[in-house]
Amino acid sequence: MLAAVAAVFAALLFSAPAVHATTTTPAPSPSGSTSATAEGQDPDGPTNGSEYSDRISGVLRNAGVPLEGVKITATGNGYEGETLTAANGSWSIGVPEQGAFEVELDESTLPDGVALAENQQNPRTVTFAGTSNITTLFLLGEGIVLQQDSFLSTLTERAVAGLSFGMLLALSAVGLSLIFGTTGLTNFSHGEMVTLGAVLAFGFSALGLSAWLALPLAVLGGAAFGYLQDGVLWKPLRRRGTGLVPMMIVSIGLAVAVRYTVLFFFGGAMQQLPGAQSPTLEFGPISIPRNTLISLFVSLAVILIIAVLLLRTRIGKATRAVADNPSLAAASGIDVDRVIRLVWVTGGALAAMGGILWAYYRPGVSFNMGQQILLLIFAGVTLGGLGTVFGALVGSVIVGLFVEISTIWLDADLKYVGALVIMILVLLVRPQGILGRRERIG
Amino acid sequence: MDFANIFLGALNEIISPTTAAYALAALGLAVHFGYTGLLNFGQAGFMAVGAYGFAVPILSFNAPLPVAVLIALGASAVFAVILGIPTLRLRADYLAIVTIAAAEIIRYIVTTNSMTAVTGSANGLSAFTGDFYALNPIPPGSYNLGPFAMNERDVWVRIVAWALVIVACLLVWMLIRSPWGRVVKGIREDENAVRALGKNVYAYKMQALILGGLLGSIAGIVFTLPRDAVQPANYGTELTFYLYTALLLGGMSTVLGPVIGAMLFWVLLSLTQGLLYGAIEAGYITFIDTSQAGQVRYILVGVTLMLLMIFRPQGILGNKKELAFA
Repeated sequence: MLAAVAAVFAALLFSAPAVHATTTTPAPSPSGSTSATAEGQDPDGPTNGSEYSDRISGVLRNAGVPLEGVKITATGNGYEGETLTAANGSWSIGVPEQGAFEVELDESTLPDGVALAENQQNPRTVTFAGTSNITTLFLLGEGIVLQQDSFLSTLTERAVAGLSFGMLLALSAVGLSLIFGTTGLTNFSHGEMVTLGAVLAFGFSALGLSAWLALPLAVLGGAAFGYLQDGVLWKPLRRRGTGLVPMMIVSIGLAVAVRYTVLFFFGGAMQQLPGAQSPTLEFGPISIPRNTLISLFVSLAVILIIAVLLLRTRIGKATRAVADNPSLAAASGIDVDRVIRLVWVTGGALAAMGGILWAYYRPGVSFNMGQQILLLIFAGVTLGGLGTVFGALVGSVIVGLFVEISTIWLDADLKYVGALVIMILVLLVRPQGILGRRERIG
Repeated sequence: MDFANIFLGALNEIISPTTAAYALAALGLAVHFGYTGLLNFGQAGFMAVGAYGFAVPILSFNAPLPVAVLIALGASAVFAVILGIPTLRLRADYLAIVTIAAAEIIRYIVTTNSMTAVTGSANGLSAFTGDFYALNPIPPGSYNLGPFAMNERDVWVRIVAWALVIVACLLVWMLIRSPWGRVVKGIREDENAVRALGKNVYAYKMQALILGGLLGSIAGIVFTLPRDAVQPANYGTELTFYLYTALLLGGMSTVLGPVIGAMLFWVLLSLTQGLLYGAIEAGYITFIDTSQAGQVRYILVGVTLMLLMIFRPQGILGNKKELAFA
């Protein structure tokens, strides 16, 4: 059995660094370049607000060539910030609070022969919508019209992105579902396990470790957190015979405590993992960010490994037996506590990995990132059927696809709403979920 | 460090309108969870429905105050029915997930840019309580209530808020003593037994969900009054969890528990903030700054919630036999 556990970890260790293949490309992040300019700035002069976590940003390119030194200002809510575009054309202005800001590009600072394209509003108003970063692009060049992608290629792009997002949700959802299946606990602190993975990855790489080391360590950290949680909290509670509803509320308390502990040490700002800016790969009319594609393959590989472990190994069989009926499993000689401990460890590692991939997908690491996808993870698990591992996988992929594809018609700030509505509607007609069994719903 | 001021500030929280709003919302949760056993994790959604249901009619079509309040209450009753239909026949954790999801749906919808004209998106709405303060019979001036000085608006909003709390407590107390209350408590203890007695469990659960939700939306209205503003960021899932902490502090199957719990919650928050800030300013604590001190308080809230649930689930006033779970 230990060999199997070791195999899981070996697999996790081996697969995680693949995400990081991108670190070798020197892609200066916009936040990095602005903080560099902020240091040399006259404190009384115009600010680019690098100390704020809410940011307006974009990239300025003319026919693919980045433009440096173009002045962009953001005004609104009694605040004014300005910045110059960096060598890679990126710019970012921090603002003290979310709200509507007027962004203006100073056309006199554009190089000769370059002008804003037609129909490009300047100045324009941008409004924050829940996220701490908004992007606005100024298109340049004469007569450029907004590129009209064909519907099919947009759909394909969204579908690939959705698949990638769904698979990273599935990583966390499988852990949640295993925990639910074996202990009956609906774990509301799972989102914090997701956050912890990304935050640890950021912490380790901030210590100077290479991404190849930092990411596997973060996944190990997630596994250790799972082990610790079960050892210190959940096992003693199971021993006391605490009911499921009190345990659920305990998990909420844990979620709040961990979230604010992370905020305490990590701060409220959005940070980037190494290699967060990845080049976009072009396949004919379809363009997909490389990280999205790598993330898709990593999560696919990990889930396949988990599936093989569950279906083919003794410990996998034991896990499924405990999920089916703990007392019967115990009676037939399975060490239930050990299986549950292993499930927590695996769940923690998977959640941490999901968190790292989520940090690349959005992109960004923040203290509340796990909380933001917790409900989508729940939606995936509920859609597939609470407590079924493959249901969690199917449900998460459906949620991921739905979230991304719905952005073709829905406003981007409403994309999570669609998935949650679908979850509620499915509960109406098929409460046990897609792969769930009737008897589980009580 | 000015201990007197810190303690006075904390005491001031006992009668603040925000505490009253928490008390009302937690009382709604007591009806849901403490008495009926419904695990509603979307009380923040009910509060948001109340707040927006109140503010939007006033700002959008100049609705008079009573109409706005009725719209807010009606909207939250509709919200409760929509939530109840798919979930009340299912196990407790399904209701928990659906209610928390529904509360987030509400928050996303009022935050979306496409609704800015109606809901003000992320900035929210403001300046809609003119009618409410126009009803204020108290002449302008400064009033001293014990050591606390406040103006006529403060006094008026406190009187209204706490009058609502008292009325709501009386109402819930009478309802729970009535045959209706006995059926509802029976559902909490054993749903099937109540069904065997010929009661329509589904209908009773729905009524409890609506009643608690109405209390939640009244709380949402009260919450907006002193601020004269409603912002979507205030209605995240954390609000619900704080309400649960307040409810569990006081005792979830009691009428006065939520009120005392809300008071304690705010007094303790204010006290820890005052003491931590004071200690930092006086240089006793050097390793954290004031914004981190604010976060320490919420770490304590989470830990309190865990410890309460593990070691004293019945809260201060509660009776261990009267728990929604055995």
